[in-house]
Amino acid sequence: MVAEKIKLRRTMMYVSGSSPANIAQATIYGADSLMFDLEDSVSVNEKDAARFVIYHALKTIDFGDTETVVRINAINTETGRQDLEAIVRAKPDVIRLPKTSCAQDVWDAEAMIAKIERNIGFEEGTIKLMAALEDPSGILNAREIAKSSKRLIGMAIGAEDFVTSMKTTRSPLGVELATARGLLLMACREVGIYALDTVYSDINNDEGFLEEVKLIKQLGFDGKSCIHPRQIKPIHQVFTPTIKEIDYAIRTFGAIQEAEEKHSGVIALNGKMIDLPMVERARRVIRLADAAGILDGGAYGC
Amino acid sequence: MLTNAVNRNIPEKINNKKLIPYQGEFALSPADAPVASYRKLKKRTPDMGNKIQRDLTAAIRSVGLKDGMTISFHHGFRDGDLTVLPVLEAIRALGIKNLTLAPSSLTDVHDPVVEFIKDGTITHLESSGLRGKLGKAVSEGILENPVVLRTHGDRVRAIQAGELNIDVAFLAVASADEYGNATGCTGKNICGALGYAMVDAKYAANVVLITDNLVSYPCSPISIDQSDVDCVVVVDQIGDSALIGKGAARTTRDPKQLLIAENTTKVIEYSGLFVEGFSVQTGVGAVPIAVTNFLGERMRTQNIHAAFALGGIGAAITRLHQEGYIQKILAVQSFDTEASAALCNDVTHIETETGTYANIFGNGCCINKLDICILSALEMDTHFNCNILTGSNGELRGALGGGPDCAGAARLSIMAMPLIRGRIPSIVDEVNTICTPGTSVDCVVTEYGVAVNTARNPDLTERLRKSGLKLFTMQQLKEMAERLTGKPEPIQYNRDKIVAVVEYRDGSIIDVVYQVLPE
Amino acid sequence: MCQITKKSYAGSLESSDVLVQISPNPGKGLEIDLKSTVKRQFGNAILATVNDVLREFDITEAFVSIDDKGALDCTIRARVSAAVCRAAALTDYHWKVG
Repeated sequence: MVAEKIKLRRTMMYVSGSSPANIAQATIYGADSLMFDLEDSVSVNEKDAARFVIYHALKTIDFGDTETVVRINAINTETGRQDLEAIVRAKPDVIRLPKTSCAQDVWDAEAMIAKIERNIGFEEGTIKLMAALEDPSGILNAREIAKSSKRLIGMAIGAEDFVTSMKTTRSPLGVELATARGLLLMACREVGIYALDTVYSDINNDEGFLEEVKLIKQLGFDGKSCIHPRQIKPIHQVFTPTIKEIDYAIRTFGAIQEAEEKHSGVIALNGKMIDLPMVERARRVIRLADAAGILDGGAYGC
Repeated sequence: MLTNAVNRNIPEKINNKKLIPYQGEFALSPADAPVASYRKLKKRTPDMGNKIQRDLTAAIRSVGLKDGMTISFHHGFRDGDLTVLPVLEAIRALGIKNLTLAPSSLTDVHDPVVEFIKDGTITHLESSGLRGKLGKAVSEGILENPVVLRTHGDRVRAIQAGELNIDVAFLAVASADEYGNATGCTGKNICGALGYAMVDAKYAANVVLITDNLVSYPCSPISIDQSDVDCVVVVDQIGDSALIGKGAARTTRDPKQLLIAENTTKVIEYSGLFVEGFSVQTGVGAVPIAVTNFLGERMRTQNIHAAFALGGIGAAITRLHQEGYIQKILAVQSFDTEASAALCNDVTHIETETGTYANIFGNGCCINKLDICILSALEMDTHFNCNILTGSNGELRGALGGGPDCAGAARLSIMAMPLIRGRIPSIVDEVNTICTPGTSVDCVVTEYGVAVNTARNPDLTERLRKSGLKLFTMQQLKEMAERLTGKPEPIQYNRDKIVAVVEYRDGSIIDVVYQVLPE
Repeated sequence: MCQITKKSYAGSLESSDVLVQISPNPGKGLEIDLKSTVKRQFGNAILATVNDVLREFDITEAFVSIDDKGALDCTIRARVSAAVCRAAALTDYHWKVG
């Protein structure tokens, strides 16, 4: 059986609506998703112009296989509501809701989007949603937000606002984010949606960046938002299974097959018993490798 | 009109000379004739003293420059040149007119040459390239007769064939002695290798050296020797070394350029030629320098050494040489002070004259031994023909340099360039001017991926499959570019007026440039 | 019909962008002044796009100055639209699908 390819969301690269020069060729750096921003990177006086830029770009430019996400302004503002009117019609894959604090925020957005979809003849549910949790209420309500909508494909943590409301700042080890990351991750995993980590702002600190990527990979995140093309390759390298991991996964499946052929009840590899979580992890390694395009022979019976 | 091998219409005669249409990279052979020289035997007895002239005016008078003659310069200082314009001013002050200006090349700093054309001091140009206001003026038809554009190798061929006869060469040198021995690599303003100047010194009827650093006799090392030199002039400053590479020696942070460089490096790595003892010419500019750095990393980790690097040499190549990863350097031109200094201090960093480097009729030139060269273009068509001279608006704004020479000779010729520049697509149905025939190009590398010229290199596609690079056809790349930019309108030319002829390496005509109509 | 009531602009002079300025032009109809770094290659295409957007807003009287730095067509469309909305004080733009 060949499993359907899983959607990779290792990298979501910000592209500001205020600079048209960076939009058309944003795909070349290989980010899994592009996030066109109408919110924080656009000044108050330029919101209208940026909206037109992203609207026309999405309608005109072929972004190929790259997932398109638009971060709109908060929908409890007139700007945010106008963003929705424009952007839904330009049909990105996903709309990202900023500063989501509770399930009601998602429901409000969903209602407005559904209404527009009905008006313009899109199938209801065409536009997916992502929620960014950026304050303590958002994090504490992570569980209800995660369950709030079928449109919701993932949640992201927005650390800059969060640490400010926590009366602290960001630090290299990220201890100030430990609880928030953990809560967000568990909420995502409970319902099976993607968990995405926050941006790393110092684009010249390659070492610090890599440390943080390794940390969030180990925590269990699916990927990370990034603000510069140079951040993409390191994230992909950390999130792509190593040859050793792939090899181990393949041998795990080999051992299972062997056990089945021998009708043996116990499955072992190198004298170590293979249990269900190990099979699950091996399956994930293979699917990630496959999605990253680094598997030679196609599917491995998973 | 005749049609040449790349389907361009070529007039039968221009500048009173019968033209030979381009027929293929190695189709022509030279005439059976001795190498032409304007040099005369000259008598200079011990009592005649040194060769110093007190200023440019005196030097110009002493060599007998007259109306209608041909003068030359070298472009080793590129945008840092401070010699061409003062010499032209001195010539103008003497009332000399109707000159042919035939330097090894001209850059953006030579915009004021336009004024010397307007006042009749200069009435004809021969160069490797034209840029800036001068390129624009020539494209708009300021000159009566077409400019002759030649590659670096072709210029030497033309000189040796008697097609370009230089009456006076004015050569800026970083240090010289009173008798005319000179070098580019010591002094106040160094430009390193004098590869271009060495040619003019050997073949011009008269040679004037211009320096800002007079040294005691004899100057060493000797790149230009006294027997070729008629006089020496000392000026305040011959050039600005810092402007030679225009900061191109810095490593770029531009993500698109880095991506093109990374893709180019992968092509080299998987080409089958990246093995112990390979040879490479990378050139300067943001992408080539990034490629040099990326390639250096791979040479270190895979422990692969190059036998030699060639051409214009910058700090990145020089460092790899000093680390032992490149065994020898053949330097035609030095792009920064690091490369210039190394030329002086290391016998395996070899100053190389342009003819030795690239003359197709030079009895075997260095680039014949070259495995890999990295080049760039302003435009390419779907048959891999390259334009490195005219911008997308039809105006002259580039130089042939050694591009067509190297592409034609190297085993792997890589064109590295962005698929689009702003709204301008670089892969199009028809380029404005063909400079390098598509048959010389193995592949083009863009930010999106690679297109391989399977006709020239049937194995490369298969080799690159393992690299992870995305492979396209030229048609696909062209369509991708046009989807983003739209299809540009063809440039409107006045087909009755040719403003430049483009010579191929062998002196045949590969294309002509027409006058642009006003916007 | 949509009225240009005040002088307004959108965009910038950065590479790959375009600065669009629109002002009232009483009694003189539509006038477009085009400057572009790619005028020879795309001058007609730019004018067609500008006219297309003006028609969409039903603008019949305005002075439009375009200073283009090689912007893509979708950017030109976006900048002209934004400039018109600002110059005509429009708030409820009719967004379309496709």
